[in-house]
Amino acid sequence: MISLAGRDILHSWSKFVLTGIGLGLLIGVTLTMAGVYRGMVDDARALLNNSGADLWVVQQDTQGPYAESSSLRDDAVRSVLGQPGVARAANVTYLTMQVRRTSEGGAAPAGSGDDDVRAMVVGFEPGQPGEPAYLVAGRHITRSHYEAVADVRTGFTLGERIRIRRHDYTVVGLTRRMVSSGGDPMVFIPLKDAQEAQFLKDNDAIVNDRARTAANPSLNRPGVPGLLEAIQASQANNRNVNAILVQVWPGTDAEAVAEPVRRWKHLEAFTREQMEEILVAKLIATSAKQISMFLVILAIVSAAIVAFIIYTMTLGKIREIAVLKLIGTRNRTIAGMILQQALGLGLIGFVVGKVAATFWAPIFPKYVLLEPGDAVRGLVAVVVICALASTLAIRIALKVDPAAAIGG
Amino acid sequence: MGQIGIRIEHLRKRYGEGDTAVDALKDVNMTVAPGEVVGLIGPSGSGKSTLLKCLGAVIEPSGGRMTIGGETIYDDGWKIPDLRALRRDSIGFVFQSPYLIPFLDVTDNVALLPMLAGRSNAEARTRARELLKALDVDHRAGAQPSELSGGEQQRVSIARALANRPPVILADEPTAPLDSERALAVVRILNQMAVQYHTAIIVVTHDEKIIPTFKRLYHIRDGRTHEEVGEGRSL
Repeated sequence: MISLAGRDILHSWSKFVLTGIGLGLLIGVTLTMAGVYRGMVDDARALLNNSGADLWVVQQDTQGPYAESSSLRDDAVRSVLGQPGVARAANVTYLTMQVRRTSEGGAAPAGSGDDDVRAMVVGFEPGQPGEPAYLVAGRHITRSHYEAVADVRTGFTLGERIRIRRHDYTVVGLTRRMVSSGGDPMVFIPLKDAQEAQFLKDNDAIVNDRARTAANPSLNRPGVPGLLEAIQASQANNRNVNAILVQVWPGTDAEAVAEPVRRWKHLEAFTREQMEEILVAKLIATSAKQISMFLVILAIVSAAIVAFIIYTMTLGKIREIAVLKLIGTRNRTIAGMILQQALGLGLIGFVVGKVAATFWAPIFPKYVLLEPGDAVRGLVAVVVICALASTLAIRIALKVDPAAAIGG
Repeated sequence: MGQIGIRIEHLRKRYGEGDTAVDALKDVNMTVAPGEVVGLIGPSGSGKSTLLKCLGAVIEPSGGRMTIGGETIYDDGWKIPDLRALRRDSIGFVFQSPYLIPFLDVTDNVALLPMLAGRSNAEARTRARELLKALDVDHRAGAQPSELSGGEQQRVSIARALANRPPVILADEPTAPLDSERALAVVRILNQMAVQYHTAIIVVTHDEKIIPTFKRLYHIRDGRTHEEVGEGRSL
């Protein structure tokens, strides 16, 4: 038996191909949306992997440093280092900001938008957890101040000068896949510089604070020499960090290390699994729901398009279907023809969509991870959607009266 | 008249019930022998199409008896169970417009019926080519229906009707869209095929050009048939 669906597709191939391309672009968007979600999850995991930590110690009652703000004193790292099972521990700061390129004439104005890059500035201690895991060009930071290592997605190049707050930094190394949970590329600078960038006030604010403190009689008491200077000195510097990254000895249970930190150090500690839960299940939960909604809407739109196209094509063949039924064609042969056409349309669309998504994914500003598993699930979904979409046309075809082929 | 191609006895068909009931066929009686072509004529609304639909096993009569190729297909409320197989194997249809399947080429339009009947593709296509040759359209075997002239399309539709060697062909105004020359050619072909394949053919027509060619005619009026001897003018 010849394939009626195949012959019909070949007969009106241009209609099928053009419709398939339209549907394919929609499927491509759907696959890309799934890829955006996968990319967000992968970014979150890359952030955890690249930190090199087994344990994150943060401010009590917070879920920092990525999902919430966290601030703790930088000397807390010493007491954490003293905990049994801890191999290494180091302070880190994270600050998402616009990092500007500097030119001969100075930095472009903040917020001008034409020469700055959204980045997460990471303050770390060289040689300690939090350091970029590997470089693709240049070297690691060797000086105490004003050197930076940047992710290649910042677009910065080796030797380039960048401005973070009030200071200029030289990019000495480039790394790859170092991104925040939001997908912003990272710029690594020495911890001291990062603390200053994050916590140090501007000069006008310092002058105003000094005047305000001096005007406060309880802080500027007559007969207590040195008190005002001590208070002003403590206000002028900030010894806080956002988190302590901890590596435990091999074979040590991270939770066993975290528990005494929580109980006795008045800090919060998260293991790798707990931090992944925070990042994946909480931080990007809303985005994931948003994407899921888009996927559902796109699936409905795709189904509607397939249903509409197959329905109108079937309506255009009512007389032929009546003739086919009159000459003894089984209902299941006619239903199979319509179903195969819907599936053919879906398969053309899927191939176009997969190719389109593969081509345009790299030029997306955020990381789009197209997983083969998602493609397989997408294919199954397309088959199911097309099968469901064809039911309306099949119902119409099965209702066609063979008597309609005979005039009168 | 020895064998039976078509025999219809006291066939009735009523649409609707009660006060709104319409008797489309009141008492139809017809006999067509194998190899014979008869004309069925009548004014609009006389019941021609209803009779054709009853004979084509697409609507059920209200009473009477129908026999096709010696097999009773309807007898006062009883009907053979597989009407689809009956239409496929025992009845050929030729329509006013050829209604060829536009996405199949000429050969496959004809071969489709034997394929539906379970013949292999090769066997079905061989039979299709034989019929196309007999109808002198074998040179268009690979063409699409849209590439054929009206007369060629009608010949292909006759080949399709003959594809399963049915004992009966029902032709519904087969010459309506054709000029005189082509219309007479189609009737000539139907007569040849009736003899060659031993098929009983009923031609429903209004076409004044072809009515004189029938040796026997059935007039249908107010749901009743009246047999007439036709002129049987030479083709």
